[in-house]
Amino acid sequence: MKITAIQHRFLTRGYWEEQLRRIVPELRNLCSAYRKSGATPGVFRSMVLKEVSDHIRSWRVVILMGLILLTCIGSLYTSLTAIGNAGSTGNNDDLFFFLHLFTLSDGSLPPFFVFIGFLGPLLGISLGFDAVNSEQNRGTLSRLLAQPIPRDYVINTKFVAALLVISLLFFVLSFAVIGAGLVALGVPPTPSEFMRILSFTLLSIVYVALWLNLSVFFSVRFRQPATSALAGIAVWLFFTVFYPLIANLLIKAATPSPYASGRTIYLFERFRFLLMQAMPNELYSQATSTLLVPSVRSLGPLTMEQMEGAIPGPLPLGQSLLLVWPQLTGLIALTFLCFILSYLAFMRREIRSR
Amino acid sequence: MQSPTIEICNLTKKYGDFTAVDNLTLSIGKGEVFGLLGPNGAGKSTTILMLMGLTEPTSGTVQVCGLNPVSQPIEVKRRVGYLPEDVGFYDDLTGPENLIYTARLNAIPDKDAEERAFRLLERVGLDGEINKKVGKYSRGMRQRLGLADVLIKNPEVIILDEPTLGIDPSGIRDFLGLIVSLSREEGITVLFSSHHLHQVQQVCDRVGIFVKGRLLAQGDITSLARQLFAESEEQNGREYGLEDIYYRYFEGGERNEDNSDSA
Repeated sequence: MKITAIQHRFLTRGYWEEQLRRIVPELRNLCSAYRKSGATPGVFRSMVLKEVSDHIRSWRVVILMGLILLTCIGSLYTSLTAIGNAGSTGNNDDLFFFLHLFTLSDGSLPPFFVFIGFLGPLLGISLGFDAVNSEQNRGTLSRLLAQPIPRDYVINTKFVAALLVISLLFFVLSFAVIGAGLVALGVPPTPSEFMRILSFTLLSIVYVALWLNLSVFFSVRFRQPATSALAGIAVWLFFTVFYPLIANLLIKAATPSPYASGRTIYLFERFRFLLMQAMPNELYSQATSTLLVPSVRSLGPLTMEQMEGAIPGPLPLGQSLLLVWPQLTGLIALTFLCFILSYLAFMRREIRSR
Repeated sequence: MQSPTIEICNLTKKYGDFTAVDNLTLSIGKGEVFGLLGPNGAGKSTTILMLMGLTEPTSGTVQVCGLNPVSQPIEVKRRVGYLPEDVGFYDDLTGPENLIYTARLNAIPDKDAEERAFRLLERVGLDGEINKKVGKYSRGMRQRLGLADVLIKNPEVIILDEPTLGIDPSGIRDFLGLIVSLSREEGITVLFSSHHLHQVQQVCDRVGIFVKGRLLAQGDITSLARQLFAESEEQNGREYGLEDIYYRYFEGGERNEDNSDSA
């Protein structure tokens, strides 16, 4: 993988230190200004705690956890049988034997990371779709806003609480898979494998947070929880079912003849890559597969010159992360975008009782 | 003279072309029970939202406890208890749990909160329902819990928006009695919005009649009655006087209410 001058700048330690030195005091000022705006520190905490306990006690979360736990067990089982059958292939990926737990499948069920890519949106949507509108329909929102708390606490605590629940779930699952792997395989993960699994977990949390924020936005926008749930599911279905269809149509229409110039073919490949990347689930699956399969060396189209002299071998974690940096920032940016949308919509609204 | 607790000056709120509150000027002194009397859609709730800083006025100023709700909403909310119309609670929590949560939002330590919650529940007559989930409360019980919820932060002012809606007549009497005694004992200023003339008459020191966003008259009950009759005599035959408005908007509903009261 070629490292451009710009990418190199991001890699040096000095750059980050300088950035941090610049950002931290600003953040600190912002925080103290926020605190001075009148809220008492413990309030945010107790609101988050209440939201978390609401989540944990609700049937919805119990059902979702059960569902995800089942898929986790199922895919773990299939990956274990696949590992048993495959034996050693002499492939480079064998150096990362432990990661097979997350990626390998005997064909009866998709591997774990594909499952999360599929179920994650559902988890996010179902944790957020009635965040604000149900409070309003129960008449608790106007009572809540009559208390001495900044208005954005309401929406921030909803987000933080759901994020905590998701993080807890994913870390528990990942560690459970690692534990099961230890027992079944008798091989401990190497530090780099462990770090890869951790980054995969963090990435999954970001991905679910994206859908969570989208559904919180819908819950601010739509008065009926059913409508906002449906809107969230519609967006999810659009990106998993319809967008690939449309993209394929466009790609077919734009396919150049095999005798076209190399430049045309290269441009077409770029176009195809960009079109697919507009999907958040594609961003997620690209990022996860790169993180979990160290031999993935590039995601976009490569020219022959770029391939020249490359030794096929696994990438170190840092390089894999660098490779998925655009996908990662894209996901985080989308998450923030959804959060900002719901924040704006909520802050500007006049809240009447019921 | 003491500066008034609530001071509203030329307050106007417009939603597009529709004027919800039109040039309202009003002041309410400390410890006073003020009744905002008006038909549905008169702009009472909008006025209250502006007092709480929950919506911004189009023009004019509001001062609550010497604070501006637009620029210092949190400070205002610390001092003012607001019971919204048709108040809601977390149905899966019990009454005391709901109150303690509100106390936490007001940064009251849990120990004090618990003690205060049980005292207030006793005060509003809900001490027998401590272990019941609020989802199983009746409408009247919820309303009384609402009053306890407003009081848990030790407010200087309480604002009640149609608090007697859905309570039976004897319940209303208790509820109103509670409000009056609170105001007398603890010097709490009360702003009471209602469309029932009879209830307002029972508890309020002063009344403002609010129709279509305008404050038509204000004063204590006797002077208001004098004002009503005097003006209607003057304007007789020319246009609708205050008395007509009074009959038109309140009397119809009030007669039924009186019957059920005496029954």
